[in-house]
Amino acid sequence: MKEKLKELRENAIKQIKESENLDKLNEARVTFLGKKGELTAMLKSMKDLSEEERPIFGQLVNETREAIEKLIDETKKNLENKELMYKLEKEEIDVTLPGKKIKVGAKHPCSLALEEVERIFGGMGYEIVEGPEIEKDYYNFEALNIPANHPAKDEQDTFYINSDIVLRTQTSPVQIRTMETRPLPLRMISPGRVFRSDEIDATHSPSFHQIEGLIVDKNVTLADLKGTLELFAKELFGADTKVKFRPHHFPFTEPSAEMDVSCFKCHGKGCRFCKGSGWIEILGCGMVHPNVLRMCNIDPDEYSAFAFGVGLERIALLKYEIDDLRLLYENDDRFLKQFK
Amino acid sequence: MNTSLNWIKEYVPDLNCTAQEYTDAMTLSGTKVEGYECLAEDLEKIVVGKILSIDKHPDADKLVICQVDIGQSAPIQIVTGAPNVVVNALVPVVLDGGKVACDHDRKRVPGGVKIKKGKLRGVESNGMMCSIDELGSSHDYYPEAPEDGIYLFPENAGVKPGDDAVKALGLDDVTHEYEITSNRVDCYATIGIAREAAATFGKEFKFPVIKETGNNEKASDYIKVTIKDEKLCPRYIARVVKNVKIGPSPTWMQRRLKGVGIRPINNIVDITNYVMEEFGQPMHAYDLSTIEGNEIIVRTAADGEKFTTLDGREHELSSDILMICDGKKPVGVAGIMGGENSMITDSVKTVLFEAACFDGTNIRLSSKKLGMRTDASGKFEKGLDPNTALLAVNRACQLMEELNAGEVVGGMVDVYPQVRTGNEVEFNPERINKLLGTSIDKDTMIKYFEKIELEYDEKKNVIKVPSWRQDVHCMADLAEEVARFYGYDKIPTTIPDGESTIGGFNPRQIVYANAKNAARFNGFSEAMCFSFESPKVFDKLLIPENSELRQAIIISNPLGEDYSIMRTISLNGILSSLALNYAHRNKEVSLFEMANVYLPHELPLKDLPEERMKLTLGTYGSGDFFTLKGSVVDILTEAGVREEARFTATKELPFLHPGRAAVITCGKKDIGFMGEVHPIVLSNYGIKEKVYVAVIDMLNVAELSDYDIKFKGLAKFPAITRDLSLLTRKDVTCGQIEECIKKNGGEYLESIELFDVYEGERIMAGFKSLAYSIAFRAKDKTLEDTIVNERMDKIIKELKNLGAELRQ
Repeated sequence: MKEKLKELRENAIKQIKESENLDKLNEARVTFLGKKGELTAMLKSMKDLSEEERPIFGQLVNETREAIEKLIDETKKNLENKELMYKLEKEEIDVTLPGKKIKVGAKHPCSLALEEVERIFGGMGYEIVEGPEIEKDYYNFEALNIPANHPAKDEQDTFYINSDIVLRTQTSPVQIRTMETRPLPLRMISPGRVFRSDEIDATHSPSFHQIEGLIVDKNVTLADLKGTLELFAKELFGADTKVKFRPHHFPFTEPSAEMDVSCFKCHGKGCRFCKGSGWIEILGCGMVHPNVLRMCNIDPDEYSAFAFGVGLERIALLKYEIDDLRLLYENDDRFLKQFK
Repeated sequence: MNTSLNWIKEYVPDLNCTAQEYTDAMTLSGTKVEGYECLAEDLEKIVVGKILSIDKHPDADKLVICQVDIGQSAPIQIVTGAPNVVVNALVPVVLDGGKVACDHDRKRVPGGVKIKKGKLRGVESNGMMCSIDELGSSHDYYPEAPEDGIYLFPENAGVKPGDDAVKALGLDDVTHEYEITSNRVDCYATIGIAREAAATFGKEFKFPVIKETGNNEKASDYIKVTIKDEKLCPRYIARVVKNVKIGPSPTWMQRRLKGVGIRPINNIVDITNYVMEEFGQPMHAYDLSTIEGNEIIVRTAADGEKFTTLDGREHELSSDILMICDGKKPVGVAGIMGGENSMITDSVKTVLFEAACFDGTNIRLSSKKLGMRTDASGKFEKGLDPNTALLAVNRACQLMEELNAGEVVGGMVDVYPQVRTGNEVEFNPERINKLLGTSIDKDTMIKYFEKIELEYDEKKNVIKVPSWRQDVHCMADLAEEVARFYGYDKIPTTIPDGESTIGGFNPRQIVYANAKNAARFNGFSEAMCFSFESPKVFDKLLIPENSELRQAIIISNPLGEDYSIMRTISLNGILSSLALNYAHRNKEVSLFEMANVYLPHELPLKDLPEERMKLTLGTYGSGDFFTLKGSVVDILTEAGVREEARFTATKELPFLHPGRAAVITCGKKDIGFMGEVHPIVLSNYGIKEKVYVAVIDMLNVAELSDYDIKFKGLAKFPAITRDLSLLTRKDVTCGQIEECIKKNGGEYLESIELFDVYEGERIMAGFKSLAYSIAFRAKDKTLEDTIVNERMDKIIKELKNLGAELRQ
């Protein structure tokens, strides 16, 4: 009997080890461990043994069963693993194939630039304010210290609806409207469309965007203006940007200045981009003229203010290196898609 | 405005800087230099040479061999093909290794043309004799130069071999070009810029010595002056020069004029130009013999009066145009141009010089009206200081005398009813420092003022401003003067302290931003279109003649008809942009624009119009009505519209397909419309593909928007879902069916979802099949089938009444 058991065990091990898949392994299990299997048969034949031999043999049979079961379990795990590996191998894909895209549109470069500006000034506590695009002559000119027949009115090539109503030539009227109605202190920027009768070419458009900025408070200084706009330039064009303020003239600010930034292409060395100067003119600014404050019922002896105006298209063209203004208004998909 | 650096140096003799240093410093002190041109750029090693001998070239008929004295121990040999060389002529010679500006074809070569010694047809040549063109100038500026050939120095030039020829020709100058701001009228003159330069560089400013010259006759015996309109002509000075000899002006004057880009003509013209450049005061010279009645009357024209200016053009005048007249007739348009009838000719004997001051605005408007913008009107329209007229007229007469161009008659006729004085501005250094954020001491400020002739009156504690600085009125103006001489770059940089403000966007702006983002994530790229367009747009969009949309605001001075009305409907921009993309063969294009339309309350416009923000979507190449509808719904959701939008079929929108158009409403609010673009409109835009558009009124959307979100809890009890497959006539809309289900679904109805629509062969013609999944759920219990069954029975019954039956 013992030899028979030994032989069974060896046969079982052999057959299990030779099982090349789970079905074969199951066959082996049935053959040896099944209800009608060989080991069961052997147990049944125990009745022929003597009382003394029976427990000893029973123990041997159990040992054999455990050994076989253990081996089956191990083999099963191995086979399962192998099958999974095989399956995974068959599932291999070419990961370099293109991804499936959800169609997402692009932002207009002007919006992209505007969001940057809004982020910078929003963070400094400037609220974003809007005003009418078709504006009263009073707000566009007179309240900005540009009286009737002032040459600046001609310089700005205004589109007129009638003698009292114009297409605003600047976002500055929003300054006035805001100062007239809001409590002080005040910090605002006002982006929006403006219009001037310039023929369309690579650098001119009769319709473009400006961003006006204004702060009114008790102790606002030219030094504050410089500090704020320098911060703005560094945020917008990079931390290594240098700024230069040059005296200038605007009817609604005094003192006035223009701000140049160091050319971000050549970093001030001089290139075609900055016409060799190393600097790029970026915005006009100044301390709000006392006449303007007075017209908004703000006492210039108590309050001071600074204001600035920057062309959004100019920033977009410079920042994204677009060489023709007309592209901004053609809305060619191939152009827009580059600003995702 | 241009200046010659050499001319500036006449008033600022100690000025010693390069053209670039000058540019930078002047720009930083407020006189912006736009650029400069060194006349001697690319001119190197050019000396005066004297031709000692000319011999024939042995091997070339057209060449000659010259021995040229260049002021050195031995002459040099130069071979030339120039036709005009003669022995003893003094010529500019560029030596071996030197440079000239232009090539033989008078074309400017960047970096110059290098001249090296070499052999010409076997004969050694050690340099080149130059034409005026090769030196970068032209016959226009050097009338004595031959049109073709070598420049020969005139006998009286006072040059000798070896002299610097560039200097001798006055080409050692720099022309600076400025952007002068409209407030600095005084800087439209060399003298004004020189004053700024002296102040900028801290050098002495030497004002020219101007004398009132003249014989012992009296100008008032020659001419009488009357000003009829003192507002339009605050001052008129007349002086007389007799025995006039017309001829060329001297070289030094020609050089000055050339240095600022003015061509010399003759002594009289050159003198008036010279004075205009120097003082910014335009002058006019009349032939006194043409002035009838020996008098000048300054008056406005009569309406319809005709007048011929000296350029030969006849103008019809109007009563707002100021004229210079004699006893009988007009002789010039004040400040703009003289008349043909009084102009100076070569036979002139006695000249009347006019130096006047006219109202800037009037000159500007008249010049516009007459379509004549002259150098003179350009200066006058800035509004000149009447005090300059006296300096100018005396300067001109003095020059006439110095140049021996005529005999100046003593005295003048000066009509100056209201003498213009300078402003006085209270001086408060603390307030200036407070505005600038600086701590500059009072004495330093006073020093800055003195540099530009602003005088401190200690007794009155005011700054006395000279009359040529009409732009300085108030403390802020003084602050600017301080700031620019202190240096904008030295002013500290600080951040405003003050009370903090919240900043950022208002709720409406956030709705707009969210809608824009949602449009983008639905595949639409942002477009920007013009606010003005052609009135033809209405025809293109098939908008009927009587439509209110045609009531558009008209621009009175548009760039052209194509940009002449303010849009009342936003579609044209997007359709034109799609058309451009289509023409460029871009496939699958989806665009949106967020911009205003302009709706007048009444026309002609009395008050500002309503500006309504519209979100316009347009797409072709992919998707259909329902793709766009899905996007619209998504955008509305992202824009915070909680209530479900209703889409109602419409045939009222002429630019849309009548069977594929819907108006969008939310509650009682009009949200906009959407649909497939009408094929005729598409053909008007040249698009041969289906285009879908939607226009959403963002003001109404913003009013509906509500981002106040409250958590409703998670469902604790299971839902019961029933599928419903319906067969219905085509004309029964989905909207009707869903409304019916909603109405009869009862309190437990949770959702209705359409999961299949079918029209085709497998069902009857004129019918469609719809399949819905309907979910019921109670908040507080597990629903029993019987309740749901009751409801479903009701729904099915009502649907049957509508014409939708369960599909068998």
